[in-house]
Amino acid sequence: MAAVRSMSKMYGLCFHAVRQTAGLKASGLLQHRAFRATVVHQQQPFDSSLEKPQFPGASAEFVDHLEFIQPNVISGIPVYRVMDRQGNIINPSEDPQLSKETVLNFYQKMTLLNTMDRILYESQRQGRISFYMTNYGEEGTHVGSAAALDPSDIVFGQYREAGVLMYRGFPLDLFMAQCYANADDLGKGRQMPVHYGSKDLNFVTISSPLATQIPQAAGAAYAVKRENMNRAVICYFGEGAASEGDAHAGFNFSATLECPLIFFCRNNGYAISTPTNEQYRGDGIAARGPGYGMLSIRVDGNDVFAVYNATKEARRRAVAENQPFLIEAMTYRIGHHSTSDDSSAYRSVDEVNYWDKQDHPISRLRHYMTARSWWSEDDERSWRKQSRKTVMEAFEKAERRQKPNPELLFTDVYQEMTPNLNKQRESMWRHIQQYKEHYPMDLYDK
Amino acid sequence: MMAAAARFFIRGANSKLSISGVAAGAQSSLGASLLKLSASCNSRTKTQRRHVAHFTFQPDPVPTQYGPTQKMNLFQSVTSALDNTLANDPTAVIFGEDVAFGGVFRCTVGLRDKYGKDRVFNTPLCEQGIVGFGIGVAVAGATAIAEIQFADYIFPAFDQIVNEAAKYRYRSGNLFDCGNLTIRAPWGCVGHGSLYHSQSPEAFFAHCPGLKIVIPRGPVQAKGLLLSCIADKNPCIFFEPKILYRAAVEQVPVEAYTIPLSQADILEEGSDVTLVAWGTQIHVMREVANMAQEKLGVSCEVIDLQTILPWDVETVCKSVAKTGRLLISHEAPITGGFAAEISSTVQEECFLNLEAPISRVCGYDTPFPHIFEPFYIPDKWKCFDAIKRMINY
Ligand SMILES: Cc1ncc(C[n+]2csc(CCOP(=O)(O)OP(=O)(O)O)c2C)c(N)n1
Ligand SMILES: [Mg+2]
Repeated sequence: MAAVRSMSKMYGLCFHAVRQTAGLKASGLLQHRAFRATVVHQQQPFDSSLEKPQFPGASAEFVDHLEFIQPNVISGIPVYRVMDRQGNIINPSEDPQLSKETVLNFYQKMTLLNTMDRILYESQRQGRISFYMTNYGEEGTHVGSAAALDPSDIVFGQYREAGVLMYRGFPLDLFMAQCYANADDLGKGRQMPVHYGSKDLNFVTISSPLATQIPQAAGAAYAVKRENMNRAVICYFGEGAASEGDAHAGFNFSATLECPLIFFCRNNGYAISTPTNEQYRGDGIAARGPGYGMLSIRVDGNDVFAVYNATKEARRRAVAENQPFLIEAMTYRIGHHSTSDDSSAYRSVDEVNYWDKQDHPISRLRHYMTARSWWSEDDERSWRKQSRKTVMEAFEKAERRQKPNPELLFTDVYQEMTPNLNKQRESMWRHIQQYKEHYPMDLYDK
Repeated sequence: MMAAAARFFIRGANSKLSISGVAAGAQSSLGASLLKLSASCNSRTKTQRRHVAHFTFQPDPVPTQYGPTQKMNLFQSVTSALDNTLANDPTAVIFGEDVAFGGVFRCTVGLRDKYGKDRVFNTPLCEQGIVGFGIGVAVAGATAIAEIQFADYIFPAFDQIVNEAAKYRYRSGNLFDCGNLTIRAPWGCVGHGSLYHSQSPEAFFAHCPGLKIVIPRGPVQAKGLLLSCIADKNPCIFFEPKILYRAAVEQVPVEAYTIPLSQADILEEGSDVTLVAWGTQIHVMREVANMAQEKLGVSCEVIDLQTILPWDVETVCKSVAKTGRLLISHEAPITGGFAAEISSTVQEECFLNLEAPISRVCGYDTPFPHIFEPFYIPDKWKCFDAIKRMINY
């Protein structure tokens, strides 16, 4: 009874309010509500076709026939590209007109990454490092996007974006130090290989749990927006990671909280063994953008210029308009998922060979350079030799270097050393002292 | 052999396929020749490999009571249990990330071909989805076997496990339950897994009434315990010591059999110290028991807890009442680890029997570190030293 009474009281109040605001000739929405109320009471002729849904959160028309929306309503999202597979510019107005010097730098970064990958991959096979993940075939997505950013933009990566870090100037020595977990590793030897990070280069340290970086990137972009320093955030992730709950959270947060953020999805066809048709049934990742109210584009990830253009424009608008952009870069993971994987168990050699031999971002860029006589066979040969030498030098240096002092096991758990950890640290050293011969102290920094 | 096994996780099956990542063959002259390194580099590599194995797997005796046996490693014994389940229970389905092609640890190899892709299938990459889906399958009355690719990646599913699976029966007044759900996940250290491929998260779940948590020490136990988990009418988490997947080989019965949950296993009887552990650490403990006997003349009773929740208080307390000393060891951080729970219970139950403070040798209160793993793990020397201190107390 009491409930009913208070309900009718509430209604009465509402009605009163509506009439009041109508009298005040407020916004269209309020007028409309008032109109409905009066119509009902004055029994005027009623035209249902004039009615519009008033539900908060959706604006559209009413329809009077039952029809489900087709899932392919967003399908066949086109793939933006600038160059064809032979490196010819398709539409001159889309040519980013990069200088020879810039293009050569692109090429050198892409090939250096490739060389580093092959040496580190091989070194894992020989048991010299514990693990590795190559970037084969995705070099274009890394360099094209990295080049379109400002160095102050913050990068949140997944793990297969070493080229982004390389483009930003991370030295070979530090890549190698991380993979060897030696005393020069900025991450202090704590993480598996390829979990790079660089404070100086605004590259947030990689974490293995997938998709966790996605909502974090939204938060960082929000903070960066409030700083008002013309900065953006870019967040890389695979099409597999995009299935995680965190991906949904990140997309939705960045759209509703208007974050200057570029979501960069590397759609390389696989999440370990899982092909995309078992990962999602919509039109890829780009199709999700509209659902979140986010501007989206699909690009040819093996076309470094297309990636560059898309990222550049997304970055410009993200900062100018404070909103997130979603870029889905279509590419192919030519290597095994990691050194733990043998991809011949789930895909054919022919499939891999197609991408390796027919549609590789490095060859495409090389065609472009060759057509302009910017790069000769001789240039190629001497660059190969030189880059191989620098990678090998860094590699040998990293291998010779000691591991970090075991003391670093206990630091950075908290900002400060706690009494509990201090006690554990002391007990570890006491133990090692007593059982020296059983611990590989000779390999570690004193 | 141990070194090779321990390194399995990162090496996987070696590929004959050489995927070079070479653009139009331009870089194909590179390869292994790149890595002809100086002698100094090579000698260091050898020393780096020296400390890979921290235990020696000790196989169980060949079981005689369950019919014919076959040589299986731990991942094969898991496959065998899953195979029996799919054959005997037409409602059973197996799913998770990459399970269709056999799983990244090869535990589901061949099952899709044998039982069909509606019964053994990949899910999208989403752990909360995997567990939530599994709960639904179980609530609808079918048998759900969900794989989480690594125990380290179970946390996105924490809510589904802790707030949903564990409480389904209780909150509905037993109208609904998801007892048909079993979650499997590779667990524990592996030599080089670092923060996110090494963790032992059982204590997080041990704080959650309604779940059962089981961790086997080898292939024979794995199969029998996994089949018990699948048959059990409560949601179970089955953690598989991944370092043992290939390293542990035993004669395993081919047919289905069960090993009771919530029963600890006394592996060695002894009179001076009780050693309690589970999973890989059992093998460390067995070696420690030998060392204690040889070097100190101390007789240890080795108990494999096997089921972490609900755990076998009686077996452990009876043993401690006899020996008067208890050492518990796990790889997970010491603070809030399951050893703390055991220690507290034993202290309450056996206070007057104790000859020395209960000792815990566990991981430090830090994340699991990559290059410092040899210092981090509760290895045999740390456990041995703890026994020495207890005896001299
Ligand atoms: C939360 C979580 N679940 C599972 C894994 C194991 N895992 C590592 S990489 C990977 C596949 C990721 O695929 P994708 O996002 O497409 O990236 P790609 O490897 O293709 O670059 C999986 C399942 C993980 N690291 N984290
Ligand atoms: Mg992928």
